[in-house]
Amino acid sequence: MKNDYLELEYTGDDLAILWLDQKDRPVNTISSEALDAYDKAFDAIADSNARAVVIASRKEDSFVAGADVKALQTMEKPHETEQLSRKGHGVLRRVRRTDLPIVAAIHGPALGGGLELALAADYRIATDEDPTRMALPEVNLGLVPGGGGTQFLPRLVGLQQALPMLLTGKSTYPSKAERIGLVDVLTHRDGLLHAAKEAARELANGEIELDRGPKRVSERLLESNTVSRRLIYNRAESRVFNDTKGNYPAPFRILRCVRTGLEKGLEAGFEAEAEAFGELSATEESKQLVFLFFAKQEAEKNPFDDAKARDVRRMGVLGGGLMGAGIAQISAEDDMDVLLKDQDIERAADARETVWQNLTRDVEKGIHSHFERDVIAERVVPVADYAPFGSADLVIEAVPEDLDIKHGVLKELTEELPDDAIIASNTSALPITQIAEPLPRPERVLGMHYFSPVPSIPLMEVIRTDATSEEALATACEVGLRQGKTLIVVNDGPGFYTTRILALFMNEAMLLLEEGAKIDQVDEALEQFGFPMGPYELLDLVGLDTASKITDVLSKLFEERNVTTSAAADKLVEHDLLGQKTERGFYEYEPQEGKRPEKQDVNKSAYRFFGGSDRTRINAELIQQRLALTMVNEAVRCLEDGVLRSARDGDVGAVFGLGFPPFRGGPFRHVDTQDAATVVMRLERLKKAYGDRFEPAPTLREHADEDTAFYDESAPQAEQAAL
Amino acid sequence: MPDDLPPERTPVFVDGCRIPFLRSGTGYVDLKSYDLGRMALKGLLVRTGLPPEEADRVVMGTVVQNVQTSNVAREAALGAGFPTSVPAFTVTMACISSNQALASAADLIRTGQAGAVVASGTESLSDIPVQFKKKIRKKLFEARKYSSPGEYVKLLRDLRPSDLVPEIPSISEYSTGETMGESADKLAAKFDVSREAQDEYALRSHEKAVEAREAGHLQDEIVPAASPPDFGPITEDNGVRPDTSLEKLSKLSPSFVKPYGTVTAGNASFLTDGASASLVTSEAKANELDLKPQAVVRDYTFVAQNPKEELLLGPAYAMPQIMSRAGLSFADIDVIELHEAFAGQVLAVLRALEDSTFRSEKLNGTAPSDELPMGKLNSWGGSLSLGHPFGATGVRLVTTAAHRLRAEDARFALVAACAAGGQGHAMLLERHEGAS
Repeated sequence: MKNDYLELEYTGDDLAILWLDQKDRPVNTISSEALDAYDKAFDAIADSNARAVVIASRKEDSFVAGADVKALQTMEKPHETEQLSRKGHGVLRRVRRTDLPIVAAIHGPALGGGLELALAADYRIATDEDPTRMALPEVNLGLVPGGGGTQFLPRLVGLQQALPMLLTGKSTYPSKAERIGLVDVLTHRDGLLHAAKEAARELANGEIELDRGPKRVSERLLESNTVSRRLIYNRAESRVFNDTKGNYPAPFRILRCVRTGLEKGLEAGFEAEAEAFGELSATEESKQLVFLFFAKQEAEKNPFDDAKARDVRRMGVLGGGLMGAGIAQISAEDDMDVLLKDQDIERAADARETVWQNLTRDVEKGIHSHFERDVIAERVVPVADYAPFGSADLVIEAVPEDLDIKHGVLKELTEELPDDAIIASNTSALPITQIAEPLPRPERVLGMHYFSPVPSIPLMEVIRTDATSEEALATACEVGLRQGKTLIVVNDGPGFYTTRILALFMNEAMLLLEEGAKIDQVDEALEQFGFPMGPYELLDLVGLDTASKITDVLSKLFEERNVTTSAAADKLVEHDLLGQKTERGFYEYEPQEGKRPEKQDVNKSAYRFFGGSDRTRINAELIQQRLALTMVNEAVRCLEDGVLRSARDGDVGAVFGLGFPPFRGGPFRHVDTQDAATVVMRLERLKKAYGDRFEPAPTLREHADEDTAFYDESAPQAEQAAL
Repeated sequence: MPDDLPPERTPVFVDGCRIPFLRSGTGYVDLKSYDLGRMALKGLLVRTGLPPEEADRVVMGTVVQNVQTSNVAREAALGAGFPTSVPAFTVTMACISSNQALASAADLIRTGQAGAVVASGTESLSDIPVQFKKKIRKKLFEARKYSSPGEYVKLLRDLRPSDLVPEIPSISEYSTGETMGESADKLAAKFDVSREAQDEYALRSHEKAVEAREAGHLQDEIVPAASPPDFGPITEDNGVRPDTSLEKLSKLSPSFVKPYGTVTAGNASFLTDGASASLVTSEAKANELDLKPQAVVRDYTFVAQNPKEELLLGPAYAMPQIMSRAGLSFADIDVIELHEAFAGQVLAVLRALEDSTFRSEKLNGTAPSDELPMGKLNSWGGSLSLGHPFGATGVRLVTTAAHRLRAEDARFALVAACAAGGQGHAMLLERHEGAS
């Protein structure tokens, strides 16, 4: 049997091999049609002489990549999606109940529905090679695993091992998978089929004894009775609540499915799962997360002709602070040689130490081996002068945010740098045109704006000037992609996009304090809204000195807009309350060995710069609206000014760079779901109470008047992506 | 190498020998690699009659070093009675260390640096250097500066019992962390070499070794060794198993990739202690000293691959390279000595040479025109049956190849070996005209 999804092969008279091989796709995905094909294959196997079955993939380095999210998107919700889940259960129930032993042979990612298929089998063999990983990432799309994942996984590996996988969607790698019993045996890629066939025969002969459930005695004890299981559920639930502030329904439903299944039986569990899958697929949260999934995919492609990109083998980083070290690290991780230059070689060497420490933490987590760490760290070379830059293809400067310093450094650099090498600035606010001004050949200058901490924040904002060449842009994007970044490309201007919307947001937070707000209450309200941290914690992280410089750069814009500005940041800087770097800002910090300092209590003495210690509670919703709508309104202006190419870039930038709540989809998606008229009305109200800075952006008014939206839901995704 | 070198620059292989190869932990358990190397060097001097002062250099290969004798070549040479005026150096290149010793000898002669060089190798896997952990080593280093006994209390400060657990070196790749057995298992699977084929090949190795022993060929290579306290002579290898069978081999469980791997203790070479030595001179020097060279060293090569992907596939690159340089096909070669690290590795090398993808994508036009004839391969046994003292195997391979040229009245011999680190080697010998 051979069709668009699989090929059935019989071997040695006694084995059936179900080869998953979706036609015209680089990976296998699970869809309604694929499920039908599996079902038919099992019909055929039942009629054959096969005594055992092996499920394997014909795709190179991939087992099954999960559900076809595109197909999922076009389904009618919740009914069709619920039906899909039920259909999946039907097929998997069959896989599970067939008398023939079934072995899943896994090489490459086994994700979502793919892992669920493997979980339904009797035995799992995986390769212990780099591409292999297992995950149930549905939660990241606001869904529950719909193909029995909430049922099979806890039964196989125990509740305490299953819950983190289900609730975070994180990948499990081969050695851990074997340790917790997610897979039974590990082998190498070329031995996988042989091993799976051997195991299938041994299972058919009754030669393998299966031991399921938690591996550790302590886990077994805790999971053996309803009372202690309740303890686990409750603990998990309060952790989920703490992490999500109740903004995401999916993890709660996942917990409920697991609980129903374990306490009331598999069939009840399936029922709960199908229902939850259908209902969640119709939620706003899931729709936004699915949107972001595709938007991020789009933003992980080079928007310029990658044939024009230079092949960057050696690059330079100027400035060995946290940013410089982070940029050096992610570049070295993708085979680039990095020359690291600071005022003196000692400072440059400090940056290399930071890289080494970060990588050592990755070794402890099992991400790199010791040897890989050594190889990567060795690519970062501290240098004392610019002479070695004669062979660099690209230089990224990350020196202090001072135009004179930057000009001085870059002029020295260009004496050694080849004429055609690209110069990028990691400034967070200074216009690139100004930075390029004294340099020869402005066509090779652009901005590559990273976010701190560089290795973990996904976004890179590429800033182009009128002069920037396509070669420079294509190269910067290519390098960003090699560094694992999600890209947006914006036009030059003070603060570009991300810093500009953030600066107004932070200014508003300062004004709130001047009005008597409490530091922790405001931060909490914003976390409640869905930001990973509130504005003051963020200011402490960025540094008040940096924030104050950003305000300077944007002052002209603020004036034009008639924005009331707070000068408090300067005062904090004068008193050395810079935030984490001085261990005091809006909060107190406890320094940690080799890590970021730990946040302690609010630094009450900071209130003296904001009208004294008399504080009042401000309505949380009002705080959220003032801050979030400030950001949203400015994002719309960025689109009007042509700083942003598209609403999609605006959403990607805010979510993946600034932590705008993902379940809201980004500033533009937020306007669309709230609808523009409501947003305009709220802004008008705020304007009346707090001043002109809340004047709604003209486009918002247009959408409100014409009842239109930034995203045309009826247009296909691809066209929007090309906006 | 050019064929038209003058006699003073033409390297010739005079003769080689080895002490018996013994399973680690047996007859040589009380000895160090220096002892084994010394015995092999002395054996060579006795066998060739070379006046030791005529040697211009002693080169010795070794892998697992005893730090007391880190230049083991020098200590063993002095111990064997070479005059203090003969320089000696140690080379290390995993399992092809003594191949590198031979290559160095050939180079010294080709460049006119030397007229007679002793190329040798030694290994004791019974005497592995167990270390204290770095933390303890650091403390002990600091302790050298202590002046009063009271200061030694500092040694114990923040010391945990687990810090005293010693580090034992493992036979795994430093860069990838993979053991060699895992790599061999992987390689066998990649070239579709079954467990049965590996067991059959292992059996063949033992059978050939038994035949060679009965025919006296092995005795011809061996110089007796002796171990204190009784110094009773050791005259035979102890790894060859005349009683092994396919049935016995097939019952063994996989040792590295469990439970469905294919490499077992039975089809892998075992841990071995041993040493070997050979004499390489210029043709002119051989005449001058009235030595009878057995072969001319025509050419050699070293290759290296990705240790993660092709750790043990070196011979599949090295043999074609050297054959194409000499314009020879397998039909022209009479004797092939290929190091047997694992049966699966040998068979993978053979399959690779016939694999059309490998030939076209990896061999850059050097792919041999014909198949490697099994009848010419390792007909006196190999590392699987005789044993594999890492640093000494290369000289054994070349000695056996030279002896076989004579015994089989043949002309060309090809020697090849794989090594940890993803490296490999091949050498081409031609029987010397004057050889009897």
